[in-house]
Amino acid sequence: MIPLNATIEKIMEESPFIRTFVFDHRFEEMEPGQFVMVWVRGVDEVPMGLSRKNSITVQNVGEATAKLFELKEGDSFGLRGPLGKGFSSPAAGEKILVIAGGVGAAPLAPYAEAASTAGAKVHTILGARSGGDLLFEERFAAAGVLDITTDDGSKGTKGFVTDVLKKIDVSSYDNIAVCGPEVMMGFIFKILQEKEVLDKSEFSLHRYFKCGIGVCGACCIDRSGLRVCKDGPVFSGVQLVDSELGKYARDASGRRVKI
Amino acid sequence: MYTLTGLEMKNPTILAAGVLGTTGASLCRVAREGGAGAVVTKSIGPEPKYGHSNPSMVKLDCGFLNAMGLPNPSYAEFVQELEIAKKDSGVPVIASIFGGNPEEFAEVAQGLLPGQPDAFELNVSCPHAEGYGAAIGSNPCLVEAVTAAVKEVTDLPVWVKLTPNVADITAIGKAAEAGGADAVVAINTVKGMAIDIESGYPVLGNRSGGLSGAAVKPVAVKCVYDLYAALEIPVVGVGGVASWEDAVEMMMAGAAAVQVGSAVYDRTDVFSEISSGIEVFLQRKGYSDARDFVGLAHEAV
Repeated sequence: MIPLNATIEKIMEESPFIRTFVFDHRFEEMEPGQFVMVWVRGVDEVPMGLSRKNSITVQNVGEATAKLFELKEGDSFGLRGPLGKGFSSPAAGEKILVIAGGVGAAPLAPYAEAASTAGAKVHTILGARSGGDLLFEERFAAAGVLDITTDDGSKGTKGFVTDVLKKIDVSSYDNIAVCGPEVMMGFIFKILQEKEVLDKSEFSLHRYFKCGIGVCGACCIDRSGLRVCKDGPVFSGVQLVDSELGKYARDASGRRVKI
Repeated sequence: MYTLTGLEMKNPTILAAGVLGTTGASLCRVAREGGAGAVVTKSIGPEPKYGHSNPSMVKLDCGFLNAMGLPNPSYAEFVQELEIAKKDSGVPVIASIFGGNPEEFAEVAQGLLPGQPDAFELNVSCPHAEGYGAAIGSNPCLVEAVTAAVKEVTDLPVWVKLTPNVADITAIGKAAEAGGADAVVAINTVKGMAIDIESGYPVLGNRSGGLSGAAVKPVAVKCVYDLYAALEIPVVGVGGVASWEDAVEMMMAGAAAVQVGSAVYDRTDVFSEISSGIEVFLQRKGYSDARDFVGLAHEAV
């Protein structure tokens, strides 16, 4: 598919470094956890998790996102998607644990909402550096129970999402959905592995993407060789046993870079 | 069992260069779960390269356009991936290499030898990398020199992958053969481009790139047909092969084996599907093996 032309209808300042861009196209068939390739014309094309059927939520981290942050309402960019595999569909009566860190909350907010709508009980642990950086706090609160952690203690529990996670009986949940900085996901993976609930967990990974459609192989993870863009970005915890998660990723040349 | 330039393969399907070949683990997966008879790595060069900016690949109605720009971690870094592929794939591993001149090709080949590849495939055909690929592959003298330079530093089989973006592909094939190539591989992608009419921007980050997939199959069949007639060495057919029928057609044109690239988009086990389809076809037609119909189109008329 050639990128479709998406016009920005609304820009929302979520935090000093995070903005949501609402565009004029709705991906009705999107599964929460799926992503789009966002083409900032003349600069680059980067993957972004869909934060709604018609929005992406972006942290300003590089050249393409910096250029996105210069765009105004009425400007446009290209979009290909929805791509990849999202979170598994929650069912009525299930207990769902959502663990979100930083901008990792972007693909998890629509997941928490879909779970709540389906009649599942949703419990979210939302973490950020400080109170002002918390993303989609209201959306998670509306979807169920919300625990907040901040590194500096300015809101909720002072510490990390793992501090709350360690005190929870994770075996009572039917599904545990995780997205956040890789270091955080690495620690969570270890905790869930120790508690023997990896089979109930799903992790949304981020890796450098080139093609985004499962052909080039730039985003394959060790040791399975699975493609993050097509076999993921959401993987079962079981698929990530003995993987590179939390250890290293690869840059655009394919070189290993330590996390 | 298929033997090609001394490589023993369980079936005649090979993963094409530049597809799912950046890591050893990925190559293993294509061999083990995908059923490929052999695998070719991503093209590896002398220095780390980040490639072109994105979009680097888009699907069109008729095929795929890509301009990756030869991203690779350098031979020094890739040796460890080659070792993984060799250890766990269970199939021959062919290292695709590129350079800007004969010396660089020889340097990369030598640098990868510790990873123990089973053969080299020389990329003199990438259509969108300044000073590399087709810049070399359009010049018969350079193709011969590059091939000879690699043959000088290794006894392993050397395959040369050709570009269709030339007036006469057989002239380039003959140059590779003169340089000592053990096989040629045809074709690399056909130069192409797509433009976003909403903005006027070319879609690919590199503006233009190479076309692959169904659209280029007739071009590939013709190139393979001509090379088979012109050369003594085997021809490996690649370009738009997505089914056993495509593979048989390519082999009847003269391909001793086929490579599959873009078709992994639909399913990574396309290799198994093609090889079992060929087996059924062999039985139905009463052929003893695929060699019975390689080049058949040359005899049938």
